[in-house]
Amino acid sequence: MSAPRPPLRLAVALDAPPGSGAPVPYDARHFVALARLAERGGLDFVTLGDSFARPGLDASAVLARVAPATEHLGLVPTVTTTHTEPFHVSTAVATLDWVSRGRAGWAVAVSTTEADAALFGRRPAAPPAEVWQEAGEVADVVARLWDSWEDDAEIRDRASGRFIDRDKVHHVDFTGSSFTVRGPSIVPRPPQGRPVTLVEVPPAAGPADAPGAGDTADVSDRAVREVAAAHADVALVRADDPQTAGAALAELLARARALGRDPDLLLVLASLPVELAGPADAAGLAELLADWYAAGAADGFHLRPADPAHDLALLVDGTVPALRDRGLRRPGRPGGTLRDHLGLPRPASRYAHA
Amino acid sequence: MSPTSPTPPPRKQIHLAAHFPGVNNTTVWADPGSGSHIAFPSFAHLARTAERGLFDFFFLAEGLRLREHKGRIHDLDVVGRPESLTVLSALAAVTERLGLAATVSATFNEPYELARRLASLDHLSGGRAAWNVVTTSDAFTGENFRRGGYLDRADRYTRAAEFVATARELWDSWTADGQPRPIAHQGEHFTVRGEFTVPRSPQGHPVVIQAGDSPEGREFAASAADVIFTRHSGAEAGRAFYADVKGRLARYGRRPGDLKIMPGVTFVLGDTAAEAQEHAAEIRRRQVSPQQALLALEQVWGVDLSAYDPDGPLPDIDPDPHGELAQGRVRIADPKAVADKWRALSRAKGLSIRETVIETTGRQSFVGTAQDVAARMDAFVQTDAADGFILVPHLTPGGLDPFVDRVVPLLQERGVFRTAYSGSTLRSHLGLPEPARTGGRGGRP
Ligand SMILES: Cc1cc2nc3c(=O)[nH]c(=O)nc-3n(C[C@H](O)[C@H](O)[C@H](O)COP(=O)(O)O)c2cc1C
Repeated sequence: MSAPRPPLRLAVALDAPPGSGAPVPYDARHFVALARLAERGGLDFVTLGDSFARPGLDASAVLARVAPATEHLGLVPTVTTTHTEPFHVSTAVATLDWVSRGRAGWAVAVSTTEADAALFGRRPAAPPAEVWQEAGEVADVVARLWDSWEDDAEIRDRASGRFIDRDKVHHVDFTGSSFTVRGPSIVPRPPQGRPVTLVEVPPAAGPADAPGAGDTADVSDRAVREVAAAHADVALVRADDPQTAGAALAELLARARALGRDPDLLLVLASLPVELAGPADAAGLAELLADWYAAGAADGFHLRPADPAHDLALLVDGTVPALRDRGLRRPGRPGGTLRDHLGLPRPASRYAHA
Repeated sequence: MSPTSPTPPPRKQIHLAAHFPGVNNTTVWADPGSGSHIAFPSFAHLARTAERGLFDFFFLAEGLRLREHKGRIHDLDVVGRPESLTVLSALAAVTERLGLAATVSATFNEPYELARRLASLDHLSGGRAAWNVVTTSDAFTGENFRRGGYLDRADRYTRAAEFVATARELWDSWTADGQPRPIAHQGEHFTVRGEFTVPRSPQGHPVVIQAGDSPEGREFAASAADVIFTRHSGAEAGRAFYADVKGRLARYGRRPGDLKIMPGVTFVLGDTAAEAQEHAAEIRRRQVSPQQALLALEQVWGVDLSAYDPDGPLPDIDPDPHGELAQGRVRIADPKAVADKWRALSRAKGLSIRETVIETTGRQSFVGTAQDVAARMDAFVQTDAADGFILVPHLTPGGLDPFVDRVVPLLQERGVFRTAYSGSTLRSHLGLPEPARTGGRGGRP
């Protein structure tokens, strides 16, 4: 007898898709209003995209501003790993977890354009496969830095005068292809242990010997999937039909298993664009999601509204209640952290043994 | 007053900022009133207290590597801190007027990314962002970064100056009608080409603060900073520093009011002067545990002194000029001179190791009744020893409450501190004009 399936996970993008022509928001109130709406709908988390050359504010700063204005909602900014310092990436995401009391994640992204490289002037643009390989190293060292303080490192022992137990704070001594980090972090281990790591993967997974294998696009697609299989807690897959999504899910879990990971610790969400004209569309969307879910195409969904303010209200008032009626979303919340919402356990620090 | 006598000049107004305590040995973490220095409610409490007291800004220091002593992670001080800009973005949600200042190293960051994060904070807070530009240049810190420990001491301020100029080019790059214009910066340290993704921020530019004391640091502050955070908190040293720095401004076409000088200071209040002194002595004792005392000694001597009794006399042996036990701390220039001074003091007053360390390292700026403290702060500012103060409480997060409850009303009675915020941006609190657009070419107008 198999265990009952967990409720489907549900997330939404707060940013309008690029090229939608919507005005770019620079006011905190815009984001707070959207996040509160998403929270009212009981969504597991919201994402906010970012890139150095895209008009808009820094996504981590925006979601940190949103954190005290919300209570339950998971907050997942896009963070690029190509021209940034891995140490800073680690401390910023850990701090988002502290200020939100365990609701933070980050979506790993890379910069491949000359335009991005020119904003930094540190090194030329590199092929996607190369920057994705580096992104995997960044994800690795970021998690090591989160683990570098064991949970009970702060002891405040008056007798010995020691504030921390230095045996529970560890150098990470990481050497990657383009950087080294000595560690430990300056930020104590965040509430979730490790904030949730997201990777968006391309849908189709061509076999290595398929025609066209070796194309830049193909090689880089494989590099992204390697990063997702090795480091992601949640993978987002853009797909037009449940078969494609289901194939991507199966392939990712197989890769994760091959890397020695427990495949239950990698969730795959289908990422779908949505544009809702009215309540009937919202109910129809619930039906579609239920069908995909029943077909085993995904562990849940990441919805990308064409017009977040408009579509989010319909999602919250139409789609979510319809999913609840079908028993696919629970009314309450199982716990306080984003990991709790997703049904992912809190990992132990890899340095905590003895 | 006779009708012909001139009206007295208006009294200089005092600027106040709140330094979040922690990550040092001045925070009394063993006090029962000492809370978390990591959890967000602690930051929110201190910031709300500062805003209740109508302070100019809330201040966060930075450290990018845990300090080490004898090759091991230092474990006696408060240690561990969240990342500043993220904390300040969150604090923007729970405050309305208070300025939000982050210390961020110019050495281990890049102008485009940091300018964007600061401009984002300025938008998200409605014009309350500030950047304290520090210039870390040790290879020890560099081991955490792609940059490594590459930067020479001599280059740290040239990089910082070019960093700030480049950030200003980016902040100025949108036209008055809201269109981004590409910049093309080519300098000694940076090449930055392209469009900034954030419109001009609510206060034009985030406020720039400088902390550092060398001649190069003072010159950099005179050319580019809006505020200096200084350690010169005594009256005499403060006046000398003030005169020196303000004297450098004319060279850059700036007036004395364009740069505010704010020393970091501590305070201890009591109902009587004697009670305040007693309380202050108790705090100093708690800041210097027996273990702390030996560690402070080892930092000067450069050798292992763990066998000494903290309640006994100072060592007779001379410091090892090449001994280096501590990493991540400012190096002591002449250890032998310091050791001689400490030994002389210990002999003259009959002080133990611990008592000597308390006497020499425990600097407490304002100790007394609320009346005394308000009067002395006022006198400091009126006599140009400072333009205001960055207050460092010794308790997290409630340490500022007594100051706001007891001293602020007295400063207001004296007519030297605001009774309401008159503007909404940090620049307006500091009395600084919004910077003119430079036409995207950087530098000061
Ligand atoms: C009051 C004050 C506060 C400082 N705070 C910090 C800090 O939070 N983080 C940091 O890395 N350096 C800090 N510094 C160090 C300076 O940025 C600088 O590296 C150091 O003072 C050496 O520069 P100088 O030779 O110009 O004094 C501070 C310095 C002063 C005077």
